[in-house]
Amino acid sequence: MSPSPNDQAMRLPLPTDGPLEAPAEWQELRRKCPVATVELPSGDKAAYLTRYDDIKALLSDPRFVRPTAADGAARIAPEGAGGPVANGDASLAIADRGEAHLRWRRHIGKYLTAKRVTALRPGMTAIAESLVDNLVDQGQPGDLKATVGFPLPVYVICDLLGAPAEDRDRFSHWSDAFLNISRYTTEEARESYTEFAEYMSALIAAKRAEPGDDLIGNLIKDSTEDGEGLSDDLLLNTGMGLLVAGHETTANMIGKMVSMLLADRTRWERLLADPSLVRTAVDEVLRFDANFGFGVRRYLGEDVEVGGELLPGGTTVVCSLSAANRDEQVFADPGEMDLTRAPNPHMTFGAGPHACLGQSLARTELQVVLETLLRRLPTLRLAVPVEELQRVEGLLVGGLRTVPVRW
Amino acid sequence: MKVSVDEAKCCGAGQCVLLAPEVFDQRDDDGIVVLLAPEPAPDQHSNVREAAAVCPASAITLHEAP
Ligand code: HEM
Ligand code: SF4
Repeated sequence: MSPSPNDQAMRLPLPTDGPLEAPAEWQELRRKCPVATVELPSGDKAAYLTRYDDIKALLSDPRFVRPTAADGAARIAPEGAGGPVANGDASLAIADRGEAHLRWRRHIGKYLTAKRVTALRPGMTAIAESLVDNLVDQGQPGDLKATVGFPLPVYVICDLLGAPAEDRDRFSHWSDAFLNISRYTTEEARESYTEFAEYMSALIAAKRAEPGDDLIGNLIKDSTEDGEGLSDDLLLNTGMGLLVAGHETTANMIGKMVSMLLADRTRWERLLADPSLVRTAVDEVLRFDANFGFGVRRYLGEDVEVGGELLPGGTTVVCSLSAANRDEQVFADPGEMDLTRAPNPHMTFGAGPHACLGQSLARTELQVVLETLLRRLPTLRLAVPVEELQRVEGLLVGGLRTVPVRW
Repeated sequence: MKVSVDEAKCCGAGQCVLLAPEVFDQRDDDGIVVLLAPEPAPDQHSNVREAAAVCPASAITLHEAP
């Protein structure tokens, strides 16, 4: 079924029955209309993909990249809404294509390898412990998202970058202002960006004088050693990029993970009985999450065939990773949460040359939070019925507004 | 079982190392995959299969003995 110009385009986001539910349309679309026409909140139109194989093939094709303002691609948010990153323009304000992208990725990638991330695990556990202490101190019911989910990833990124611990809460504020288009005005978002840029420039200058054993310090050492390192601008954008890419995504995922596992408490009990399932449980939660924004965008610089259909150059494509994660061609019983599922080739971190560079870090953070909660608060439960959880109306990364819990 | 990796495709996400650290590593200078054991011991086979299945860049190829 190809979209004809007269078709009433579907509007994103698609409606769902509950805060954790998948839209009923995905299954239909995968079956009958794998290349659908949708209207984004900006009013712009895009092609919407829902099949696993189509999305994996498109994301693995190095010719296609995330759109920037210069491409004239379909925008997500209406004009004027949101901070500098609401349309993904500055979001990963880094070399985003071609050789420059590859070089940037390999420069940063070496500080986010599985080994490096594993070395950060004890520090992450200490952070998780202290945040759970705060939750307990504040009394019942508590908001797990605000108290644990939101601060944890930003603290971890501060440690990674080498920003002092006492500045962590400023980072949290800036990061929120860049991304939270419902809570802050464009003006506030811009101000935060300026403050953040000033802070980072000072931090980079201090590190140039005395490089420590952290990401920024090491990048600086590399550049003085082989003359191949990153400029001040790129260092600044790297700090910004890591915060933007790694904070809101992980913060929301922590809240959604705990909600999904407590929504049916037999899941939680299974993990209490066998904590060795934490690793596969985290990946299954990542697969199962149906509230993950619209998906990732690609701008087609030239014609390409997708699912047997020719998409003309100039098209903006939105790939619904969550719809792909429920594709019955790839996952047995996709609508069931199976905490032992392995292998679990879900696409929540994307695929191909732009696949999430922080995925080892994100997985480790989620595992550490879950282990810590199981150990410290085995009696944890939702303080409200699941249906009363509310989705964030943000446009980039789906999440829940609050996650009220008792223990 | 024989394993091969495609360094050009690898995006350095490290899933293989998290799953099978005795078989895969990442280079210190750019995070790209290094194959430690092209013919892994039988007790590693299931981890290696999992790594190949979840590699986001489809950079790991397995040749299973018939
Ligand atoms: C649960 C948490 C996370 C999720 C679900 C997630 C998801 C994603 C996805 C889907 C992409 C691909 C975007 C695209 O193809 O256009 C991506 C890219 C990226 N992510 Fe993550 N991410 C998470 C956490 C993190 C963390 C913690 C970091 C680092 C601190 C990070 C750093 C990055 C970077 C740098 C990119 C850009 C890669 C490139 O363009 O080459 N992410 N992420
Ligand atoms: S999982 Fe794949 S992409 Fe990631 S490091 Fe290993 S080979 Fe490279």
